[in-house]
Amino acid sequence: MGTLLHGVEGYMYPNEVELQWSVLIVLYPYITGLVAGAFILASLERVFKVEAVKPTYRLALLVALAFLLVAPLPLQLHLGHPERSFEMYLTPHRSSAMAMFGFVYLWYLMIVLLMEIWLDYRKNIVEWAETGTGLKRWIYRILTLGSRNVSAAALRVDDRVGYFITLIGVPSAFLLHGYVGFIFGSIKANPWWSTPLMPVVFIFSAMVSGIAAVLLLYMLTSKLRRTPIDMRCVDTIGRYLLYTFVIDFSLEMLDLVHRLYEADESLRALDFMVHTRLFFSQVILQIFIGTLLPIALLGLTQIVKLSEGARKAIYVAAGSVTMISIFAMRWNVVIGGQLFSKSFLGYTSYKMAFATREGLLPAIILVLLPFLILYVLVKLLPPWPKREAAV
Amino acid sequence: MEMTRREMLVKSGKFILLTSAAAAAWDYVLAGKAEAAPNYDMTKHWWAMVIDPEKCIGCGNCVRACETENDVPEGYFRTWIERYHVDDWDMEHPQVDSPNGGHDGFPEKYHDGGKTFFVPKMCNHCADSPCTQVCPVGATFITPDGVVLIDPKYCLGCRYCIQACPYGCRFFNPKTNTADKCTLCYHRITQGLTTACCEACPTQARVLADLKNPKDPIHAFLRTHSVQVLKPQMATHAKVFYKNLDGSVR
Amino acid sequence: MKDFLRSIEHLLRVVLLLALGVIGFLVVRRMVIPAEFGKYGHFRPAALDEIRAHPVKFAGRQACEACHSDQADVKSKGKHANLGCEACHGALARHAEDPGSLVPKLPDTAVLCARCHEANQAKPKSFPQVKTAEHSSGLACNTCHKPHDPRIGG
Repeated sequence: MGTLLHGVEGYMYPNEVELQWSVLIVLYPYITGLVAGAFILASLERVFKVEAVKPTYRLALLVALAFLLVAPLPLQLHLGHPERSFEMYLTPHRSSAMAMFGFVYLWYLMIVLLMEIWLDYRKNIVEWAETGTGLKRWIYRILTLGSRNVSAAALRVDDRVGYFITLIGVPSAFLLHGYVGFIFGSIKANPWWSTPLMPVVFIFSAMVSGIAAVLLLYMLTSKLRRTPIDMRCVDTIGRYLLYTFVIDFSLEMLDLVHRLYEADESLRALDFMVHTRLFFSQVILQIFIGTLLPIALLGLTQIVKLSEGARKAIYVAAGSVTMISIFAMRWNVVIGGQLFSKSFLGYTSYKMAFATREGLLPAIILVLLPFLILYVLVKLLPPWPKREAAV
Repeated sequence: MEMTRREMLVKSGKFILLTSAAAAAWDYVLAGKAEAAPNYDMTKHWWAMVIDPEKCIGCGNCVRACETENDVPEGYFRTWIERYHVDDWDMEHPQVDSPNGGHDGFPEKYHDGGKTFFVPKMCNHCADSPCTQVCPVGATFITPDGVVLIDPKYCLGCRYCIQACPYGCRFFNPKTNTADKCTLCYHRITQGLTTACCEACPTQARVLADLKNPKDPIHAFLRTHSVQVLKPQMATHAKVFYKNLDGSVR
Repeated sequence: MKDFLRSIEHLLRVVLLLALGVIGFLVVRRMVIPAEFGKYGHFRPAALDEIRAHPVKFAGRQACEACHSDQADVKSKGKHANLGCEACHGALARHAEDPGSLVPKLPDTAVLCARCHEANQAKPKSFPQVKTAEHSSGLACNTCHKPHDPRIGG
């Protein structure tokens, strides 16, 4: 009776009927992926000297920060005892990939992202600390750390240190998200997760989603600010989106082909799952609509000479379905990995609640929260030159 | 004959090392761990379980006894019984059921005379357990006497361990909001009692064993019987040994 | 040198802040880490005693036989010799500790016996099984079989 209620088919070990990791744990890799991807896009300009993407540099950093601040929240909300989460810092278990989370997160937040943003904005912060008024002035004053040191020599040092931080930031971004992939990829008990490709796939899908997010946000903010979109910039970002997407898709197909060809004990169960419970989210949403469609659209911009308007429309369309695709990918990994029994003899189903601690409502709030934070950040640290006075 | 074998065993501890689980035990001996309680020396034991599916009658006594002894919440199981029904033309895909974990026994379901049998399941108290490996804070661990336990006052409730267990032995206890599983009745075995499931089993289908006790009949048993652990490909050094386990069981 | 120091003065402030953060973390960590953590492995040693403190519910047959040696004698001669007392009578640690506080009820043999001996294809062939509905034409099991020594006339 209980199994019928839970939508079980075949045999699940009795403790497996209930899913352990909910939609919040889907959100977590999605959000950290956006952080890593946005940062890597920002570092394109700084480290790899891709001048064309410069208009998005500061915006990309702020996007990364906004999402990074939200990244631990779905985890906290999911924990049975959130008040004990500090134990990860007290007694981190060296053999646990998850124990690394706190440290990688702090490293990335404090050393990489905040430092890079601070160094980049410091000259402006000192300016604003003098010209600003009211509360904002105090915030800027605190942000100067009491130093108005913006001499040419100091700024030169900032630039060099900033470059160095971006340099270590790129592998840090890989680490931040690669380790999330490792959390899943290292679980030998679960054949849907257990593959050394998992961290690599996570990193590339992170880049895909982060690039798409910054592309969309750049176009949106340009629209809101009534400034013309820099076509050279969006064309370049669109091209990088295409490249990373092709690599990402190839890796995922490699994983699929490998599974099908090896056909180990788990194949029959996983194959059945993909053809039934995951068919919509994996085959339709992730692969066809979410991957092949944007690759085809972006590929079109490379083959055919299109008008500006058509290209813009393609970038918006491709970027939007990409965001859905990567979310579907996270869903299929996290939820998909729990729908089949480790006995390979049965399947359960995931029923998302709405207004519960791990339901759809908190998930929606957590998706919207980074945009609210981004709004505040953009107000506080305008990522574009000149017109900040008007904001 | 039996005596001479036993004497030999006492003399030569190396025989114990023939089992991998016992080999891992010596690591702890060498590490020189101290005892936790005055009347019980953790370094002198290395607990395991022997299960004989050919003796299991699916009565559900173990499941109910475990529930009573350990206050296991309804719908979750620290031990459970599975019924396998294996067709000779498709041994890789047996039919399995476990109505309410076998708590209320098994109403007759098959009448075809085919191969049908019960398999009791529980935590394997693996010496190399994937669940303790992934715990981020050290809230689940293996004791010096070889029992995998959960510290309910330290567990975050992240459920990574539940994902990592290949055998489905762990669950999320909605009363404590922490991971939960079989303790091998640690509160009983450390005061000389057997586990609740063994105490209640009418057919001795499961027997608690101490691999570090040279007089424990498990040594003779492991040497003289065909013994299997669940999912040996997982290389967890499981310490629940099944006698003559059918190949279809997973 | 002085010029250089001046040009990185603001960075030194950051380093100082980070250093203070790290030191603060180490101090707090030292204060709140559980006592003797890691003594026997990566866990809280007190957890062992807490788990050991869980109350026992099944007393174990030795405890039963200490008082009920007459029943134990009868049982030891029959087919049920290897059964633990609480396999049928249920968890009785409270009774063993203070016999007056909990007087166990005799189990209903109609339910009790069938639990093990009801025929089922999955049961081992050598295990004695009957179809209870056909076996005793409605008579209670213990009309013929005494549970402690179930052979007829036992």
